Amino acid sequence: MLKSLADLIVYRWMGIAPSTTLGDALDFFFYDTMKIFLLLVTIIFVVAIIRSYFPPERARKLLSNKREYVGNLLAALLGIVTPFCSCSAVPLFIGFLESGLPLGVTFSFLISSPTVNEVALVMLWGLFGWKIALIYVSTGVSIAFFSGIVMGKMKLEHLVEEYVYQIKMGESEIAEPSWWERVGYAKDYTIDILKRVWPYVLVGIGVGAWIHGYAPIDFIVKYAGPNNPFAVIIAVLIAIPLYSNAAGTIPIVQALVEKGMPLGTALAFMMAVVAISTPEMIILRKVIKPKLIAIFTGVVSISIIIIGYLFNMIL
Amino acid sequence: MEIKVCGPGCASCEKVQKTVEAAIAAKGVEAVVIKVKDFQEIAKLGILSTPAVVINGKVMCVGRVPKQSEVEQWIS
Repeated sequence: MLKSLADLIVYRWMGIAPSTTLGDALDFFFYDTMKIFLLLVTIIFVVAIIRSYFPPERARKLLSNKREYVGNLLAALLGIVTPFCSCSAVPLFIGFLESGLPLGVTFSFLISSPTVNEVALVMLWGLFGWKIALIYVSTGVSIAFFSGIVMGKMKLEHLVEEYVYQIKMGESEIAEPSWWERVGYAKDYTIDILKRVWPYVLVGIGVGAWIHGYAPIDFIVKYAGPNNPFAVIIAVLIAIPLYSNAAGTIPIVQALVEKGMPLGTALAFMMAVVAISTPEMIILRKVIKPKLIAIFTGVVSISIIIIGYLFNMIL
Repeated sequence: MEIKVCGPGCASCEKVQKTVEAAIAAKGVEAVVIKVKDFQEIAKLGILSTPAVVINGKVMCVGRVPKQSEVEQWIS
């Protein structure tokens, strides 16, 4: 249905002939834009409703007394449904450690929360289909699970600022919102996200449409194709500073995949865009020493690179 | 009434501060607004996600910016 609407706009109303490069690119642009915005509104709204049931305070209660492995898995899963912004990273970190949670489990949560990102989920679903979206979510959870376990085994407690262990958390009752209040927050949240991402979505889809219509195939295959053994590593290194711009980068990546970039390289790239956030690292410096920030970034990057090569082999 | 606005001072926290002040002015109630920026203090209140609003010791909202109409309800 959206496809015929895009055809109608481009070929009928704009009067551009089908099967021309310009016509193709524009048709692609309109179709993707409509699809993405429709998905953004629906999925973000649903995610926001679910999240209203899982504030971090509840995640902390659910995780308390959990040891390694089970704790890492639960933390990685809770990371998906618990709303979280990088400003909250510090109180959350303190609260989790204070409740006796192992450092590795806390990191599983801190990795999964930004990695499984609802905007990225929408973009992947819209542009690659639900299977890739599902692979993305499970990959995100696995990366969080394994990185957390590895960091737990490394015994890094001495790299946490000493004062963190001296804090005693208070208990307080938190007001439970009504169903209509939840709907209200979800609506506001959806509008807020849309306001923030729409320019990136448009630019991303625009560049994607341009690549789709104009970029030569051999260009991509030559530099990022299956024959370049370092492609995954390079993709991850490029992605790290692009923090949280899933909305803008995924349409471009999709066009690159169409032109011959292997899917594992593409997935690694997208994971690195969302998982490693510079603002979060800066704010975490308040509670952990720079060495631990470096280990954290390193472990996550290596996990993403491994996942990238793994997918290139099996997909 | 004592209203605490908790948060390290990011954009959302500033917004909450303004919303709370506007709500107090609109309702004409007597209230002291305290900014809690220190993470140790925030943790003592049992809060894990910011921004958060605490009125007379009760946590009214966490991890989001409340609307002015909501805050007006809480303080009236």
